[in-house]
Amino acid sequence: MSFDEEMREALQTFTIESLELLQDMEDCLLSLEDDEDPSERVNAIFRAAHTIKGSSGLFGLDHIVSFTHVVESVLDALRDGKIGISSELVAALLPCCDHIALLIRNVVDGQLEADPAMSEAGRTLLDELQQFLQPVSVLDKAVTVNEKQDVLEASGGGTMDSGNWHLSLRFGPDSLRDGMDPLSFIRYLSTLGSIAQLTTISESMPIADQMDPETCYLGFEINFKSTASKEEIEGVFEFVRENSTIRILPMDSEIDEFISLIKELPEDDSFLGQLLVKSGALTRRELEEALNLQGEGDAEEGSQSAKLKQPIGEILVEQQVVQQPIVSAALDKQKQIKDNKARENQSIRVDAERLDILIDLIGELVISSAGVNIRALEARETGLQEASSEMMRLVEEVRDSALQLRMVPIGTTFSRFQRVVRDVSKELGKDIELIISGGDTEVDKSVVEKIGDPLMHLVRNSMDHGIETADLRSQRGKPVRGSLRLNAYHASGSIVIEVSDDGGGLNRDRILEKAIERGLVQPNAVLSDQDVYALIFEPGFSTAQQVSNLSGRGVGMDVVKRNVTALRGRIEVESQIGIGTTMRIHLPLTLAIIDGFMVGVGKSTFVIPLDQILECVALPDDTGEREYVDLRGEVLPLIRLRPLFDINCEPPRRENIVVVEYAGNKAGFIVDRLLGEFQTVIKPLSKLFVHIKGVAGSTILGSGKVALILDVPTLMEFVSSKNTLVPPSLSQHSS
Amino acid sequence: MQTLTIDDELTIFTAAEQKQNLLAFLNSADDLEVNLAKVEEMDTAGLQLLILIKREAAQTDKKLRFVMHSKVVLDILELANLTTAFGDQVILAHNEG
Repeated sequence: MSFDEEMREALQTFTIESLELLQDMEDCLLSLEDDEDPSERVNAIFRAAHTIKGSSGLFGLDHIVSFTHVVESVLDALRDGKIGISSELVAALLPCCDHIALLIRNVVDGQLEADPAMSEAGRTLLDELQQFLQPVSVLDKAVTVNEKQDVLEASGGGTMDSGNWHLSLRFGPDSLRDGMDPLSFIRYLSTLGSIAQLTTISESMPIADQMDPETCYLGFEINFKSTASKEEIEGVFEFVRENSTIRILPMDSEIDEFISLIKELPEDDSFLGQLLVKSGALTRRELEEALNLQGEGDAEEGSQSAKLKQPIGEILVEQQVVQQPIVSAALDKQKQIKDNKARENQSIRVDAERLDILIDLIGELVISSAGVNIRALEARETGLQEASSEMMRLVEEVRDSALQLRMVPIGTTFSRFQRVVRDVSKELGKDIELIISGGDTEVDKSVVEKIGDPLMHLVRNSMDHGIETADLRSQRGKPVRGSLRLNAYHASGSIVIEVSDDGGGLNRDRILEKAIERGLVQPNAVLSDQDVYALIFEPGFSTAQQVSNLSGRGVGMDVVKRNVTALRGRIEVESQIGIGTTMRIHLPLTLAIIDGFMVGVGKSTFVIPLDQILECVALPDDTGEREYVDLRGEVLPLIRLRPLFDINCEPPRRENIVVVEYAGNKAGFIVDRLLGEFQTVIKPLSKLFVHIKGVAGSTILGSGKVALILDVPTLMEFVSSKNTLVPPSLSQHSS
Repeated sequence: MQTLTIDDELTIFTAAEQKQNLLAFLNSADDLEVNLAKVEEMDTAGLQLLILIKREAAQTDKKLRFVMHSKVVLDILELANLTTAFGDQVILAHNEG
């Protein structure tokens, strides 16, 4: 892999991680106000911002660094308790997160420089933030970029401005090879303050023949002026610390510390001494005295001035003491890195596509092992049967754990709504609290991805139409603060997601009135509550008297239903006037594998999703050509699969009815044989067949034959519209 | 007087190649000029090479000048505070985009 590609990959990792960090930041920000002891969260937010800033610096994304820097300063002040947590602050910080995310996304799109429109937007956000900061420090932070340029001018012009830190940097020999460019660290350093004086040390570079152009020989002595703390400056060099010598001393350190610094670095003592004199850390006399002292050793100890009396060992110890904060910071960092490593070991990032391939393969394995099992049963050989049933058991376990790989808790989807609820309730002028439960409930990743939009509609709808205004609520004797609840749980092989509000509930009469007005139901029809509530999912149906920009236009709820149906799920509504509404979505746990029921018609095999089957009964002999039967006093419409799929062979003496239910409607499929339950992997039909209705997919049987999976809802629509919509071309495909 | 125009980047990627290039050039004459106008990218590895070649020239009593520094080169030399140490004439054109 070329270096360029590696860089691109690193950048990609950076963007992914940063966006994740931003998500964490947002989550923490949203829960800040509710937390009893927010310090942990504030720390987490600060760390996230700091990491983003640090990594942006590494990639030379100066515009992100400078923006994040201000955010970080605010967070730092928050962490130090200089400013308090308030909803105004959270409100100011949230858009900043968004802005950083936007900047990072632009980087993904290849825009590595600031763009004027974005900078303008950023400045507006920062202006808002700055009112939380002390006016002095605001000024300080806001001009960092300009400062940097000043420095370049200044050092070129030879003027000298004394700083308050002395930095001795000796970069590790492998820094360049590792992609750590020392100069970029110095550039980044200059965003923290101003470099008053910098000297490049190249003494360790060997003569030309022995010099390896890819080894780093350079060091830098820097006189640095900054309000940043030692830890912050230290943080700049976090990524090279391991192999490099980084010493950071405050300029007002004891002379001894500078002396030991001189001793410690590889270059010639007097050379370094001169440097320190030049940068104003030491006077020439102090330097000479100190160097003399060390040269002469302990013997003359007594005769030296009191200040310089300590032996070198003690000086070093003292330096150690001075470095204590750094040492502990380093230890913390190491521990953090170790923790991160441990976490890394616990979880690995896998491309979802690879997982899909694995699941696909396991699907094939399930099918072929079913085939083996059938052969084994036919062979009537006990040993083979035992071995095969053991294999079946293992394959099933493998399948279950492979499916488990794709399971993710739904909590992350839920917590996204914290922000939505916050923003929307502000927009609507309502006070609404979001209560989340069951966030640990796991569901297939593909389901999670697709359920976000329908949930968003339901949540917005509940907030807009469900929950009343504060005035109305207090009139009705309810708590002024409305509550919206998101809940999830597992129920018999499916996941149930509930969106409930404690609002006004659905007005049954008004829905019915509207439905009659629109001709959706007959004026004299008798409908159950469920049926009436289900009407809200009809296209173009809205009872809202006022159309807001959120919902009420009558588009949305039908889309919700379509989306949920597409996931092989269903949605039901429970509502009580004045108390609230609950929308309940039932979804299958995974989209890839279903429990099916196999039926045979002629030589063909079909699979009907098991969860839609109510029962199987024998077809009464006297049915004839009628299209319905009497099922325990109920009229059951019949769907004959034989003509539907154009199967030309004699029906057997006895036929069976498979009674299916979908969305409260029942129908009976007439089939020849009942073949039993069968767990099957859905293979989507190829593009060639997309126009074919009534077939949800296909699966391969153990015998190698193809079986079509019936799309029950569509087939039932055919019945109600009395149309045989299946084109004649839809005959059984078998291999 | 010999002139060498570096028309590639001066970075870790090209460092090995440029080192040979520069050293070979150093041995070609006693009065030398390195044109840096076309250096569009430079990092610490590139800086090291410039330092090395300057030092080698000084040790062998040769005259070696860097001329026509590109903006990138100037920025790096300024950052490393080596403009004065190198003692070459530079045209200050800071505000060029």
